[in-house]
Amino acid sequence: MKLNDLTSRAGEWLRGNGPMSEVVISSRIRLARNVAGHNFLSRCSRAQRNSLETKIRTALLAETDQFAKGLFYVDLADAPEIDRQLLVERHLISKPHATAEGARGVAVGEEESVSVMVNEEDHLRIQVLKSGLQLEEAWEQINQIDDVLESQLDFAFHPRFGYLTACPTNVGTGIRVSVMLHLPALKLTGEIEKVFRAAKDMKLAVRGLYGEGTEATGDFYQISNQTTLGKVEEDIIQDFKHVVIPKIIDYEHHARRTLLNERLTALDDKVHRAYGVLRAARMITSEEVLLMLSHLRMGVNLGRLQGIEIRTINEMLLMSQPAHLQKLMGKKLEGDARRAARADFIRKKLGVA
Amino acid sequence: MKCENCNNPATVHLTEIKAGKKIEKHLCESCAAALEGIGNAKGHTPINELLTNFVMAQSGGALKEQTSTCETCGITWAEFRQSGVLGCANDYRTFEKELAPLIQRAHEGATHHVGKVPTRRGSTTLAPKRRVDTDKLKKDLQRAIEAEDYERAAKLRDQIRTAENA
Ligand SMILES: [Zn+2]
Ligand SMILES: [Zn+2]
Repeated sequence: MKLNDLTSRAGEWLRGNGPMSEVVISSRIRLARNVAGHNFLSRCSRAQRNSLETKIRTALLAETDQFAKGLFYVDLADAPEIDRQLLVERHLISKPHATAEGARGVAVGEEESVSVMVNEEDHLRIQVLKSGLQLEEAWEQINQIDDVLESQLDFAFHPRFGYLTACPTNVGTGIRVSVMLHLPALKLTGEIEKVFRAAKDMKLAVRGLYGEGTEATGDFYQISNQTTLGKVEEDIIQDFKHVVIPKIIDYEHHARRTLLNERLTALDDKVHRAYGVLRAARMITSEEVLLMLSHLRMGVNLGRLQGIEIRTINEMLLMSQPAHLQKLMGKKLEGDARRAARADFIRKKLGVA
Repeated sequence: MKCENCNNPATVHLTEIKAGKKIEKHLCESCAAALEGIGNAKGHTPINELLTNFVMAQSGGALKEQTSTCETCGITWAEFRQSGVLGCANDYRTFEKELAPLIQRAHEGATHHVGKVPTRRGSTTLAPKRRVDTDKLKKDLQRAIEAEDYERAAKLRDQIRTAENA
C-alpha cells in the first residue's frame, strides 16, 4: 500500500453506514504516549529526535500483524508538501504534524482506521477512526494496539499523574475522544447554541472539521473531551455514548422534524438549490462545496432527494479538497484552475457532463 | 455563537483563569490569532493558553521560580510557563508541587490518575492497581434506570459488584 493508492478512494470510516450515521460522521479515539528515558520533543536534539523516530518506527513495523493489517509508514520529513496535505485532509495526521520540521512520520493501517503519528507533540499519538457512532469498538481496538506497542516500548508513566505527556492538559489517560457530527438542521433553525451550551456544561470542546482552530464549515462539528485525568477511559466513552451524543442527536432530530413539519418548502429550497449549484457550477471553492454538500446530505437523509448515496457525498467531501484534487489531476492547480477542476470533478460524480 | 470581537462565527472557545477567576471567551479564528496569539498551524492549543495564563496568575513570587531546573532536560519552570509544554517525563517530579494545582484546575479538580496502567515489562516501578470509582458507577446506574436502559443497568450493576468485592 502506498500513499498514492489512497487518493482515489475514501477511507473505511467514510463509507457512511455506521450506527447513527445520519448525524454522526465518525468516532475517533486518540491516545498520547511517550517513551520513557527520552526527552519530550521540544527538548530533543536533532540526533535524539532521529533515534527516537527510528526506535518507534521499528517497534511499529515489528508488530504490524498484531495490530493493523496493511500497515505502511510515511516518513514525513521526506514527503512532499502535497502528500502531507493529503494526509491532513484524510484526518490521518494533524496540521502541525504536516508542517513541523525534523524526523517524524505516520503509520497507517486497517484501511485508514488506524494511524500512529510519530514525533508529534508527544512521541506517539495513536488514533482509531470509525464510521458513525462506534466509540466502544474504537476503544477496544486502540486499547489492544496500545498493549501491543507497550510490549515493544516502555511508556513514561507516573503513579499519581498516569501517562505523562508534553502538555499537562493531556496527562493521565492521554485520551481524546472525538465525535464528528453533522448538524445542519440545528444551524438552519438557529438552535446550534444549544450544542455549545450542552458541551460547555459537560466540559467538552466543540471544534470544526479539522480540529483545533478550524471553522465549523458545512455544519460539521467535532465534540471532544478536555479532561484526561481522574476518569477511567471507559467512563469517558460511556458518557459520550449514553449522555452527550444522544442529547445532541436528539436536538438535531427535533430540529429536522421541525423543518419537515413546519418549513418543508424552505428545506426543499435549500436542498435543491445546493443540488443545482453542484450540478451547474463551473468554478467552485472548497467552502462552498462543503456548505452545498452539507445541504445535500441533509436532503438525502430526510428523504427529500433520491438517487444519491451518502457514500458518494462523503467521497465528494474528501476529494474536492485541494491536495486530493491536485493528486487526482496529477498536477499543481491554483486559483481559478483549481476551482474549475473541482467543479468538473463534482459534476462528474453527480453524473452530469 | 458569534465572535465577541467581530461578528463572524466563533470557533475558538477559551477558558482562562486569571487571578482565580474563570473568564470565557468565544472568538473567531482570526480574532483568536490576533488577540490571543492562537495560530492555526503553529502556536499552541487554546488549552495551553489556559495553562499559561493560569501559571502567570499563580506566580506571585517570581524570584522563587528561578531555583528549579530539571536535571534531565534542563528546562526551568519559567521556560515551561512560556511555552506550555514540558521538556521530559522527569519534570512531573521536579515540578510536582507547582504542577499539581495547575493540573487539578485543568482536569475538573482531579488529582490522581485512574484508568489504564501499563504492565511495563522489566520495569522496577510497581504500577498501582486500577481504582474503580464506584460512586460514578452508581450515578450512571441511576441514570440508566431512569432512561430505562436495562441492558446497560445490568452491566453497571455487575461492574459495581465486581469493584466492591475487589
Ligand atoms: Zn472575530
Ligand atoms: Zn525535564
